[in-house]
Amino acid sequence: MIAIVDYKAGNLTSVRLAFRTLGCTAEVTSDPQAILAADRVVFPGVGAAGSAMRNLADLHLTPVLKEVAARGTPFLGICLGTQILFDFSEEDGGTPTLGILPGSVPRFQPQDRWDKVPQMGWNQVKVVRPHPLLDGIEDGSEFYFVHSYYPSPTDAALTIGATGYAGVTFASMVGRGNVAATQFHPEKSGRIGLRLLANFVTWSGKVVGIGNAEGTLE
Amino acid sequence: MLTKRIIPCLDVINRRVTKGVKFQNNIDLGDPIEMAVRYSNEGCDELVVYDITASAERRPIDIGMVRDVAQAIRIPFAVGGGIACVEDMSRVLLAGAEKISVNSLAVKNPGIIAEGARAFGAQCIVLGMDPVATPDRRRCPSGYEITTRGFRERTGMDAVEWAEKAERLGAGEIVVNSVDADGTRAGFELTITRLIAEAVRIPVVASGGAGCPAHLRDAFNIAHADAAIVAGMIHTGEFTIAQIKRELHAAGVPVRMIW
Repeated sequence: MIAIVDYKAGNLTSVRLAFRTLGCTAEVTSDPQAILAADRVVFPGVGAAGSAMRNLADLHLTPVLKEVAARGTPFLGICLGTQILFDFSEEDGGTPTLGILPGSVPRFQPQDRWDKVPQMGWNQVKVVRPHPLLDGIEDGSEFYFVHSYYPSPTDAALTIGATGYAGVTFASMVGRGNVAATQFHPEKSGRIGLRLLANFVTWSGKVVGIGNAEGTLE
Repeated sequence: MLTKRIIPCLDVINRRVTKGVKFQNNIDLGDPIEMAVRYSNEGCDELVVYDITASAERRPIDIGMVRDVAQAIRIPFAVGGGIACVEDMSRVLLAGAEKISVNSLAVKNPGIIAEGARAFGAQCIVLGMDPVATPDRRRCPSGYEITTRGFRERTGMDAVEWAEKAERLGAGEIVVNSVDADGTRAGFELTITRLIAEAVRIPVVASGGAGCPAHLRDAFNIAHADAAIVAGMIHTGEFTIAQIKRELHAAGVPVRMIW
């Protein structure tokens, strides 16, 4: 079973529908036991880091997510879910976050009047290192983004995909071992996004091959 | 590079897509779900679905249709028409839409923008506006006045001031649908589109008047729109999304290619 973690951070309908399109059973749940028992965990989210962290605490999910990430369950962060996997977000006056991945989450600083924040729309993801979730996906494919903050890992080896916006090249897909996470929305990224989710559904949680991030299971 | 979005617009009456000029003489174009799937497969970047008679008939939006669209396509779509309160917004989002578009409702009650943004995030709240050119620069310094209720009512509100206010209230995007250009297929109204794109820091969508790929090129290159809405030019079969994108690509506009 795939657990889609519901922590009152946005609308999970499209994540659920995307897995349904793939013929998979995915349960939207806030129940710690269901999440711990799941074969795979999807950690989505839209909204602000501060309220997201408060909701996780209220639902007693903070230790659950850390345990799932630590014990090798295939884990996919999406958008806000990805951002709060890091140590710290600049959002809401600065918010300490889960610390599952090393790094921070700064805000875009527009370089000219045409750099709109949030970034909203389809942007290219350049493959920095191969990953099982990108199997069959062409380098430079476009995915759908909606965000004002972006992942900035302290360990460059975490970066799987990179994207340019508002004068920065940021880590649009990151991962270590069984944890993979996208700033973009695979569930809203058409056929290519579905391919990434289909790859997740069959992923062992292991990354084999050269160029792995530190801490990768072999 | 962030690509420019091409957004087909489906105006729906009684579960059928229709097209009129200036909201009149509507003709039947087909089934909204079939058309959503076709345009999505052809490579459109987003869709917008308006339940155009919901407000006039004082009934809630057709949620069954929203749900059917959400199940049929895997790209973002916005929904407008018949939204009267935050609960309506919630229903539309839970049915699987990505964004809600408010227009006349927000003019009557601007607070709905802030309420929606607080409840669901600014990225969900699209302000649709229907500006018309006006000589009355005293009332409307930009030269454009906001109309409501399908162009039927003038408000005396300046279009640029309204855009700035909507941004402050928490709108995540603004669709500028020119009354003068709507349905003409003679090109977008570039002046007001650019004035608004310059005035706000959120994405701006050009709407009304698209007749050929060069019109979209101008909306992006001259008016600095982030996205453009197309309707008649693709509904009639005269152009496909792929054709439009190929021409834009050739003109140096960044677009998402899926062929």
